[in-house]
Amino acid sequence: MQIPVEGFMYPNEVELQWSVLIVLYPFITGLVAGAFILASLERVFRVQAVKPTYRLALLTALSFLLVAPLPLQLHLGHPERSLEMYLTPHRSSAMAMFGFVYLWYLMAVLLLEIWLDYRRDIVLKAQSSTGLARLFYRALTLGSSNISQRSLQIDERLGYFITLVGIPSAFLLHGYVGFIFGSVKANPWWSSPLMPIVFIFSAMVSGIAAVMLLYMASTRLRARQIDIRCVDKIAQYLLYTFVIDFSLEMLDLLQRIYEADESFRSLDFMVHTRLWKSQVIIQILLGTLTPIALLGLTQVLKLTETARKRIYAIAGSLTVIGIFAMRWNVVIGGQLFSKSFLGYTTYKMGFATREGLLTAILLMILPFTILWVLVKLLPPWPDAGSLSASGATPAHGTS
Amino acid sequence: MDITRRHLLVLLPAAAVAWKFVLAGTPGASPNYKLSEHWWSMLIDIPKCIGCGSCVRACAEENDVPDGYFRTWIERYHVADWKIERPEVESPNGGKQGFPPNEISDGKNFFVPKLCNHCADSPCTQVCPVGATFVTPDGVVLVDKTYCLGCRYCVQACPYGCRFINPKTNTAEKCSLCYHRITKGLTTACCEVCPTGARQLADLKNPKDPIHEFLKTHTVQVLKPHMATGAKVFYNGMDGSVR
Repeated sequence: MQIPVEGFMYPNEVELQWSVLIVLYPFITGLVAGAFILASLERVFRVQAVKPTYRLALLTALSFLLVAPLPLQLHLGHPERSLEMYLTPHRSSAMAMFGFVYLWYLMAVLLLEIWLDYRRDIVLKAQSSTGLARLFYRALTLGSSNISQRSLQIDERLGYFITLVGIPSAFLLHGYVGFIFGSVKANPWWSSPLMPIVFIFSAMVSGIAAVMLLYMASTRLRARQIDIRCVDKIAQYLLYTFVIDFSLEMLDLLQRIYEADESFRSLDFMVHTRLWKSQVIIQILLGTLTPIALLGLTQVLKLTETARKRIYAIAGSLTVIGIFAMRWNVVIGGQLFSKSFLGYTTYKMGFATREGLLTAILLMILPFTILWVLVKLLPPWPDAGSLSASGATPAHGTS
Repeated sequence: MDITRRHLLVLLPAAAVAWKFVLAGTPGASPNYKLSEHWWSMLIDIPKCIGCGSCVRACAEENDVPDGYFRTWIERYHVADWKIERPEVESPNGGKQGFPPNEISDGKNFFVPKLCNHCADSPCTQVCPVGATFVTPDGVVLVDKTYCLGCRYCVQACPYGCRFINPKTNTAEKCSLCYHRITKGLTTACCEVCPTGARQLADLKNPKDPIHEFLKTHTVQVLKPHMATGAKVFYNGMDGSVR
């Protein structure tokens, strides 16, 4: 397949190395980190208004985190060797160390926090269910069926501590993804000390928006009333985070324009041609300025509940699209220009190929499927009566 | 000597191991080669390069480089008058078949052969998640294709565009400075065939190597020195427009 090239590329540069799957990877980990930080608002900062989304945010983070390594795995030339990253890691490699950051976050933070939070429910479910379900929930108790008041207090304290550790861990997780790109000095589009910070804030933006949308959609699907206080608060946090994120990105842009180093002319041309739609139109105008303006309106105008909900839905959707476009522009944009700064190549995305559009779509559906299963197994709704509706009474002191 | 069954039981596994290496085409050991006594580099004398493409063809043949990918390639620069920041560069099929006649008469034209710079502080080895790419004690950057994951991070990290993913092995590949040859006292395939001596293998640890005299008496540069990679491919007569 002939790849259209404009100007001069080093001969080995014509073919893009990182495909749409590598776009998904920072997008997905961003949603994880953002969702977790939203959850921690309630737990650590005692923002009671967002409580209805606490468990949903945790399950969302887990669903996406489980899928996060898949695009990488599918992308490798030798996926069967991927475990070598854990067995014989090269300590100077940002990518190798990310494997450990990922594991830490999954095992020590997210799974533990979810387990502690759900432990009472799991024990009750194990007592009230029968057959395979009973076996499943009994396995989930990990042999600990003590749900006495004292035991639950310990869970609560431990959960609080884990969330405290979890916040910097979430920052580390996504900041590290930013570092993987930001530390490539050969690529001026990526190489920036601001990259990890921009990634952290954009992660928070996308995660908060995604959980807000999921909460609104799931509540409607369950034919319940959306807690407007809750979504008002989330939208407020989304706006604040978005403003910081956008300011950081603009700061980076201003610095680049003013410095105008050797790469500037080449990158500027790329933004005005190949990235015009995805960066200027979709990312900045539609995906950033529009949602910021919409969310800002809800802060200054007295709008009805219905109007606010609609605005939140539109702003949230545009935000998620905008952040996806940002990931696209970072990953794909960073490979469209030659490191000689004399030419440009083109990204041709396949459809039903290993790294094609279909695979990407399936990979994006997968976390929602996992979330659906998780929600069935461990209902996150505050009105679900914490499973005690099943009739079981807490077996105090049993162990 | 009579071969007993006991001898046979010992000899057969040894023969099987030896046969494996024969089939793999593994070169014989270089008993006199001492890693610590060498520090390899290359000298490119730009005014001598005529862009014939012999080096590209020899490299492809010697190292079984797939079509469309290049361990070494040649670029033709055209710099019009003062436009040093905007040179016109071309490299049709990596210069493998040479170059068509130049139709631009104003300004200056010259050829620049490119290859892995075998950097002492190479970004590609730094980023490899499993250490499949490494710097040998004698200063050559190599890739262990039996260990490489094919994650392509090294390709992104190389500022010079020297790496690619071999579609046959799905692993990273680049110039090995013909390591299988130089450890036996031979020169690289590209240096061997260069008709003008524009490419010369150099051993910086060998005091008798002519490179030392050359470096003393000429103004040489490395590509993209601001990248601080410790590049070891030295260019003589390189124009400021080269990148």
